[in-house]
Amino acid sequence: MRLYAIFVYMFLYIPIGVIALFSFNAGRHASQLQGLSTKWYGIALSNPFVMDALETSLVVAFISATCASLFGTMAAVALQGIKGPVRTAFDALIYISVMIPGIVIGIATLIGLVTIFDQLNPLIVAIWPNGIEPPQLHMGFASLIAAHTLFLMALVIIIVRARLSGMDRSLTEASSDLYSTPFGTFRQVTLPLIFPAILAGFLLSFTFSFDDFIVAFFVAGSETTLPIYVFSSIRRGVTPEINAIGTMVMAVSLIMLVTAQILLRRGERRNK
Amino acid sequence: MTDAGYIPESDQPSDTIIAELRSVSKHFGDVVAADNLNLSIRKGEFLSFLGPSGCGKTTALRMLAGFEAPTSGDVLLDSEVVNNLEAHRRPVNMVFQHYALFPHLTVEQNIGYGLRQQRPRLAKPVIAEKVRKTLELVRLDGFEKRRIWEMSGGQQQRVALARAIVNEPKLLLLDEPLAALDRKLRKEMQIELQNLQRSLGITFVLVTHDQEEALSMSDRICIMRDGRIVQIGSPRDLYDQPKNRYVAGFVGTSNFFDGKVSGTGRDHVSVTLAGGLILEGVAVGDIANGQDVCVSVRPEQIRLNRSPDKKEGFPVTVSNRIFLGEHTEYLVKHESLGEFLVLTPRQTELNDGPFNTGDTLLASWDPGAALILDRA
Ligand SMILES: Nc1ncnc2c1ncn2[C@@H]1O[C@H](COP(=O)(O)OP(=O)(O)O)[C@@H](O)[C@H]1O
Ligand SMILES: [Mg+2]
Repeated sequence: MRLYAIFVYMFLYIPIGVIALFSFNAGRHASQLQGLSTKWYGIALSNPFVMDALETSLVVAFISATCASLFGTMAAVALQGIKGPVRTAFDALIYISVMIPGIVIGIATLIGLVTIFDQLNPLIVAIWPNGIEPPQLHMGFASLIAAHTLFLMALVIIIVRARLSGMDRSLTEASSDLYSTPFGTFRQVTLPLIFPAILAGFLLSFTFSFDDFIVAFFVAGSETTLPIYVFSSIRRGVTPEINAIGTMVMAVSLIMLVTAQILLRRGERRNK
Repeated sequence: MTDAGYIPESDQPSDTIIAELRSVSKHFGDVVAADNLNLSIRKGEFLSFLGPSGCGKTTALRMLAGFEAPTSGDVLLDSEVVNNLEAHRRPVNMVFQHYALFPHLTVEQNIGYGLRQQRPRLAKPVIAEKVRKTLELVRLDGFEKRRIWEMSGGQQQRVALARAIVNEPKLLLLDEPLAALDRKLRKEMQIELQNLQRSLGITFVLVTHDQEEALSMSDRICIMRDGRIVQIGSPRDLYDQPKNRYVAGFVGTSNFFDGKVSGTGRDHVSVTLAGGLILEGVAVGDIANGQDVCVSVRPEQIRLNRSPDKKEGFPVTVSNRIFLGEHTEYLVKHESLGEFLVLTPRQTELNDGPFNTGDTLLASWDPGAALILDRA
């Protein structure tokens, strides 16, 4: 049994380890290790295409994660206040949207947005004053952020809800007993207590958005995020430069995931 | 805490009514948590709700605090109906059962929380001064910057108390505030609570299932059962004049002998027990001929006597003896009355010698000590 587990982990992690190792390759081929060097990192970071894609990815991840944390927290707090079948329905939908494979979300968002754009674009043309070029809705930056925000929101809702339901109800009652208005209670008691969970939700969302290839592939239009750039360069052959990019992305993701985990743990302890 | 001096009872609480429940009922689905409660709370008094778990004490308190609205009836504060006034608008504060202290704030910030919510805003130095004085009052000076989890259970209890009294509420509600403390600490806190109440003059409404706690601290006790108020009175009234068997059993201990009323005289009632024995006693409420009743006799009102030549009293054998220091508790058995408890002062034993298990004695009491109670 234990041997079996070791094989599974080797199967999962050896390719990742190999990529990390080959990113330090001194040679120019991805399959031959010819001494160690960090030169590919330098090459990757001075490649304008890489830097452009990185910037797009970072901006998309930051905006998506911010929106998802904001709306997700609002939804979680609102859901905490309702009971009965409505809540059950929402809970089910949220869990479903987390479990649905990315490719389904990608295709569904694409079809959804294309349909909406096809309906709206003639409408915009019709109402636009003559003489000015009417704008066209199309896939791109905004649709990418919208799609990411949508599926990351579910993640934030789940994380924040877990913290909210672990919170002693008498704390908010104590606050209102001490003359605090409902909003005052939210600001002074609820928000500080769930803040670690919100931050953890933000970091996880940022990582997921930053790493996402599948959804972005469908809805990014002409925008190139880092995963999309990597995907298209692989078609021209894997170079140690790609390995270096992959390793950097992985390192950033790991740091964020670990931070999120620490935040969640610490919050749990303090709420006891 | 232990050096807490005894503060004598102030003048009788005034007759001003500060809060009132009028025919208040509260239903949670099918559960009737409060059933037609009628109660006037006097300004400056220490009132307790006493009853077993689940009888609706917390619900009554939460309706006063504003966390629950009554299903029917009226809750009044200062002669105004406040049924639907939100908790944050009521000049009432609560000490929660598990304290509900804010874990993200320091001791000082917890205590100042209510003051910081006031509009128009209080000046920072004013708040700081009030907090400092209250910390002194509950003997926590020096703990200002501590976090809640760095405090012991007893200290947290006093922070919770300070957080409420610093606001000088019209009504201080306490939900089983001492339940989580160990026995010794509980005793000390009972004295401290009572002293605080007397020195501050704030009206206290306490909920407890511990009769000793209610008896030792309260001016008045409100005995509850299944969502209803059974009897309200001073601890002494409830002890001496319990309305029925339930109250007599809840306030102190008593021996109960079941029977039927067989004769009602001017001030004495006779009750025939199942075994045919007839007991005399005084009726507390309205008692009708033929009614099922019980005769209640407090253990300390029963005398034990060695002299078998005297005819008065019931011949009993001692089946158990517990030495309690100044008192001794005997479990004695009578062939028709069954087993009952007797509490005798040390002096009796010194006069009459120690009674041992198996000894045959005579047990007797004054007819006035036997109360004829409704069996409810
Ligand atoms: N929010 C609620 N929802 C449903 N039932 C409740 C609620 N609060 C109290 N009850 C019920 O009301 C009854 C009285 O409860 P409570 O006032 O807490 O009693 P106590 O404080 O005397 O132990 C219990 O049967 C309890 O289950
Ligand atoms: Mg209770």
